[in-house]
Parts: sequence; structure tokens; C-alpha cells
Amino acid sequence: MESAIRVRGVAKTYAEGATRVAALEGVDLDVYKGEVLLLMGPSGSGKTTLLSVMGCILRSSAGSVQVAGTEITGLTESQLPRVRLRHVGFVFQAFNLFPTLTAEENVEVALELKGIRGTRAHNESRRLLAQVHLADKCAAYPADLSGGQKQRVALARALAGDPEIILADEPTAALDSHTGRAVLELLCDLAHQHNRAVVIVTHDSRIVDLGDRLVRLEDGRISSVEHLGSALQAIPPREANPPSTFARL
Amino acid sequence: MPPLARRNLFHDKIRLAVTLTGITFAVVLVVVELGLFLGFSTTTSSLIDRSGADLWIASHRVPYIEQGAPFSERKLYQVRATPGVASAEKYIARFAGWKRPDGGHESVQVVGFNFADIADPKEAMGGPWNLASGSIADLNAPDAVLVDDLYWKKLGVTHVGEVFEINGYRARVVGTTHGIRSFTTSPYIFTTFKNAQDFTNLNEDQTVFILVRALPGVNVQQLRHDLQNRLHDVDVLTTSQFSGMTRSYWMFTTGAGVAVLLAALLGLVVGVVVVTQTIYATTMDHLREYGTLKAIGAPNGYVYRVILQQAGMSAVMGYALGISVSLFVVRGAEHGGAAILLPWQMAALIFGLTLLMCGVAAAVSINKVTHLDPAMVFRN
Repeated sequence: MESAIRVRGVAKTYAEGATRVAALEGVDLDVYKGEVLLLMGPSGSGKTTLLSVMGCILRSSAGSVQVAGTEITGLTESQLPRVRLRHVGFVFQAFNLFPTLTAEENVEVALELKGIRGTRAHNESRRLLAQVHLADKCAAYPADLSGGQKQRVALARALAGDPEIILADEPTAALDSHTGRAVLELLCDLAHQHNRAVVIVTHDSRIVDLGDRLVRLEDGRISSVEHLGSALQAIPPREANPPSTFARL
Repeated sequence: MPPLARRNLFHDKIRLAVTLTGITFAVVLVVVELGLFLGFSTTTSSLIDRSGADLWIASHRVPYIEQGAPFSERKLYQVRATPGVASAEKYIARFAGWKRPDGGHESVQVVGFNFADIADPKEAMGGPWNLASGSIADLNAPDAVLVDDLYWKKLGVTHVGEVFEINGYRARVVGTTHGIRSFTTSPYIFTTFKNAQDFTNLNEDQTVFILVRALPGVNVQQLRHDLQNRLHDVDVLTTSQFSGMTRSYWMFTTGAGVAVLLAALLGLVVGVVVVTQTIYATTMDHLREYGTLKAIGAPNGYVYRVILQQAGMSAVMGYALGISVSLFVVRGAEHGGAAILLPWQMAALIFGLTLLMCGVAAAVSINKVTHLDPAMVFRN
């Protein structure tokens, strides 16, 4: 499998007053296209920090990070957003939608950033919303959507421009278990059916069966890596997912 | 482009109203103060600018028109004999006392000019403009004067034909002008040169100024130079030179102009402060959205554009409201003692200032989002 993200010897240290806090230490990890990688660990273990480093949002204090074949550790502050824009889509715990824009417009913002404008952006945003089964909610504002629907709009936005990497930080934390599982199944589908690398930070051990690998972090270090390969066969093909699952969201 | 800036701006209507109120206030204040400055400035030198003369001859070192001192009228003949001079006329602009019907006294500025040898009196140098009733030819009648209708009430004039006293001499109102303001609050009283000599207690052989018109094609600076060489104990000034000196004295030496300019600056400062506060508050309200934009890869320039668009829209709306209110104020001042002028060039300048004001106000917000850590989107 092709590596989408390669992390070698990555450390991240924060200064808190006179002390220095090591959020990550000596992390080595590969994330492959077509896999769902789960990042789990107690609070403060460095999951979100690792996600931020992989997503070119935070710079590591040491080590090497390659994203879609580009070594990012030497890039300037103005170059990092370009890598993010080109290769990475984000899904946030709090959805982070723009409340004054419709679902369609939320996706169009991301498309515009990637140089897709006008009618093409309009059509593409509708296609992406249809892909996450929200074709009938294009004109809805976030305030009028359920939690699951908001997260699916966020997912459609993350897919704008067809990035090869999706990074999701606790995407189901604000959702009930049924809705959350449906969103995760959608993420898995994106990985397996569309050959994307999907990294999910989660606290929820109930969704382990949906991942391909489980990486546990503790005190900024990888404590274990479990291959959950049987889950690959356990995930049914996309065509078998009943549309009514999403209609209930 | 998705209308993020517009939607965010209109999302909080109360804050938008505060922003627009601040900008409107600033625009009106700047228009009024700059308009007053322009009005004052124009008024101080209107007699000079409207004289139709190319050159003014005044007593030595006269700083402004109201300070003219008498000199011998014989210099007129020396002026007329100078090559390049098309015409020259004696002229008086001098303070005098006007007696009201109720016995009170008002200070006036008597303006005396010659039009006897001119076919069309309207072509005479130094005469009135904007005649509302009567004509310049009516000044041929004995003791005839023209009074501006703005000052009728001040001088106790109720109708044309009324008779008053100026420094003990009879003066009869034969017509009116409209809108000829005096900066000194002493109204201009237009009359013949001869009457003006009487009204201002000048001798028959005295004048206060000589107005000169150059022949077509003559270099006015050269003519000024030639006349200065020929005449002694007087100053020969171009119209623009004398106009500038008079404006400068009244607007800056007295401090009047500085005061209105400072008030205009204050208006701008208030506008900047109000708009900065509201745009900053809006930015803080939407900080998470800006963080999200940066997190998903938006360059700083994109985020700046959203903020500047909000500032720009606020500027345009606030300016439209402000200039509408200003037009009412300007209209209302037309019949007042102080003119507020609003030429289109000034309106355009103020629009530019409004955009600049809102741009400066947005700078604080731009600085905030520049240092915004996109990782903040991962924190609840």
C-alpha cells in the first residue's frame, strides 16, 4: 500500500511558562492510502497534536513529516497551508461550519480555496452533498440541520478538491451512537472505496471494528499498533448501505 | 464567491446599526467641517476672486483685503499709462457704521467700484454678483446701495427703497444680491466709488485699491513686475496672490481654519474608533470561522479579504447614509450666515477618506487573525 503520510522521529514540545511539555516524543508512523487508522488514547496523550502535525497545522519540534510525498518540516509558514489545501481534508469535532452560509455555500468556500468557482463550484458542491446523502439539504443553514447532517456537510466540505487524506478529530463526539456510527461508516467508505487515507482520533472503543489499524498513544508516545484487518472484510460494499440509514440522520 | 463577508456583516443587525451610525456620524462631521472650511475660505476672498481683475494694487504690506489703507488716486493714471494694461479702476473695501431703523448700529463693509465708463455695468471690475433684485445700473441713482438678502434682518431692511444711514450719510437700498456672505459678519454694501468715499470718510483724491485688467495675451506676472517698478509705496499683487494672502490670514493666522480642520479630524478619529470596535467585535465573534478557514488551508490573504469586504461594505453603506444627511445639512445652511460647500470633488475625497477610515479600523482585526493559530479549531 502507498504511504500517504510518513512520520519519523517526530517530537512536539510546548513551552508552558518556565517548563517545557513534551506532547509527542519519537513518533514513527505511516498512514496508507485506502486504510482507516484510528488514533486512541487518554486525554493529553497527544492524539490531536499528532493529527495537527500530520495535517500541517502544527510544526513538529523534531523529526520528519512527509505528506503526500512532500517533506513539510522545512516548509515556511506560507507554504504549509498550500499543502493542507491540496492534500488534506479536515473534519472537526464541533463541525466548524460557517453558520451564515447554507450547506452548499459551506462546501463552495472550500472549493473556492482550491480554485473551483462559479457554476463549476455550484455543481461540484451539490455532487459532494449528494455523495453524503444530503442532496435535499443544499439550501439549509447549519442551524436547521441535525448533528449528523452537520457532520456530513463538514465531510462534504472536507472532500472538496478530492484530497487524498482525511483527518477527523473526534468526529462523532457530538453525535449519538447510532448517528456517529453512520458517519464513521461513511468515512470508512471514503477510505476503502475511494483509496483515501483516513485518520480518525476517537475516544470511542465501540467503533474499533470499523478501523484497519488502531494506534494507541500514551504520554506522547505510540504504546501499541494493532492491525484490525478483519474489519476490512467486515465492512460491506457501498451499494449495500441502505439509504434509509442516512435519511434517519 | 460565497457571500461570507456580507452574511457575517448582516448577521448581527444591531452591531451593523452601531457601525453604520459611527460611520454616518463621522461622514456628516467631516462634510460639515470641511464644507465650513471651504465655505469660510471662499467667503474670505470672494471680493477678490469675483473682482474680474488680474492685478490688485494696494498700500504697502497690506496683509488682507480688510486692512487696505488709503493712497493717492493719482497712481491710477500711472497704471493706465503702463503698456499691457487694458483697464484700471479705483476700488474701495472698507468698514463703516450702518444705522438701523431702531437706532442700533451694525458694522458693514462698504464696497465701492466704478462702472461709469463701461458699456455693460456687469463687466465692471469689483462689482456685485448674484443679483436677486435691481441692477447695477440702479446704483447710478443718488445714495444707492445693494444689500444681500441674507443680512436684511441684521441691518433692519424690510423692502427695496428703504433709506438708512452709513456714517451719517444717506443710503437707499435699490436692490439685493443673494448669497454674498462676508466672513467678518460685517455685510458687504455695494455702491459707487463716489458714494463709498463718502460712506467711509475718504478724501476725494483717495482710493484704497486699484483693480487692473491686462490686455489679452499679456503675461500677468510680467505686467505685475512692470507696475511694481513703476509705482512706489504700493504693492502690486496678482489676484490669486492677494486671494491666498487673505484666505491664509483668516483661516490660519486667526486659527479659525485650524479649528474647523481639527473638528474634521476629530470626526475621522471618532469614526475610526467606532468602526474599529465593531469590526473587531464581529471578528472575535467569528474567530472560530476564521480559524477554520486557516485550518482548511485558506491563505491569510483570503481571510483578510473577508474582513476588508465587511469593512468596505460598511464604508459604502455608512457613506451613503452620511452623505444623504449631509445634503440636508448643506441645504439648510444655504440661508444661514455660514456657507457649507460640498463640491463633488470634496464628496469624492470624503468617500475615499471613509474607505480609508474603515480600512484602518479593519487593520486591528487583520492583525488578530494574522496571529490566529489554526490549531484552535481542535479546541472546544
